[in-house]
Amino acid sequence: MDLFFFLLFAFIAVACAVSVVLQKHPISCALSLVGTMASLAVLYLLLGAEFIAMVQVIVYAGAIMVLFVFVIMLLNAGEESSKGRSWIAKIAGLPALAALLGILGYAMLTFYPMVGPKASLVHFGDFTGGGAKEIGTALFTEYLLPFEVTSILILIAILGAIVLARKEID
Amino acid sequence: MDPQVLMQTLGKGVPTSWYLALSAVLFTIGVAGFILRRNIITVFMCIELMLNAVNLSFIAFAHEHRQVSGHLFTFFVMVVAAAEAAVGLAIILTVFKNRSTLNIDEIDSLKN
Repeated sequence: MDLFFFLLFAFIAVACAVSVVLQKHPISCALSLVGTMASLAVLYLLLGAEFIAMVQVIVYAGAIMVLFVFVIMLLNAGEESSKGRSWIAKIAGLPALAALLGILGYAMLTFYPMVGPKASLVHFGDFTGGGAKEIGTALFTEYLLPFEVTSILILIAILGAIVLARKEID
Repeated sequence: MDPQVLMQTLGKGVPTSWYLALSAVLFTIGVAGFILRRNIITVFMCIELMLNAVNLSFIAFAHEHRQVSGHLFTFFVMVVAAAEAAVGLAIILTVFKNRSTLNIDEIDSLKN
């Protein structure tokens, strides 16, 4: 059952991510990104991170993507043209990306083998420390300083957004 | 690898490395979009895709080591992403107001 859900939602996530890169229209990209984020939320649930899964749906797929769609609608962004792409990108693009994937995969799979007796398994229900209670306890004891710094960061971001949206830059 | 042993292993759960591999694939797709796309909003969405890929590996490591710290890290990444989206989209609005274009090739004031 774990395997079935993992493969299903991993496939949806990768398909939607490819669609983000290949779609011409920004609205289609945004909707594909929502699909990726929703399937990642299901994978978080499988990994025992209930709180983070809900935050993923509410904050990422909800708030941030609404902001994106809002800006796309506001600017009336149309389809982008694929002209003017340099020949280096056309020739070396795919091999460079394959090399990046190879390096990332090698680094991860060296320490965590794909299959075999040493491979550690993810089984739904093994780890139950990801609820709101555990997160809240850790957030307000061990991680209190980062939490407070985050509130200052958000305040600065709000001020910056207001200033940027008002001012005319010459 | 013996297929029977493999099937027995997979019956008990999914290896952690599969989640890490998925995270690597999503990150690479995000990098591809970041480099190939020309629309500034789409480039910004590809950055969000990369952040999501990294979050997935944080959660996978948290499950692996049975610690809640990975969840906290993901939480902070989400907060920073929200702040970044607010400021970044305000910058995009300002750029569009002054330039009337969303193509990143045409926004080259700092070139030369």
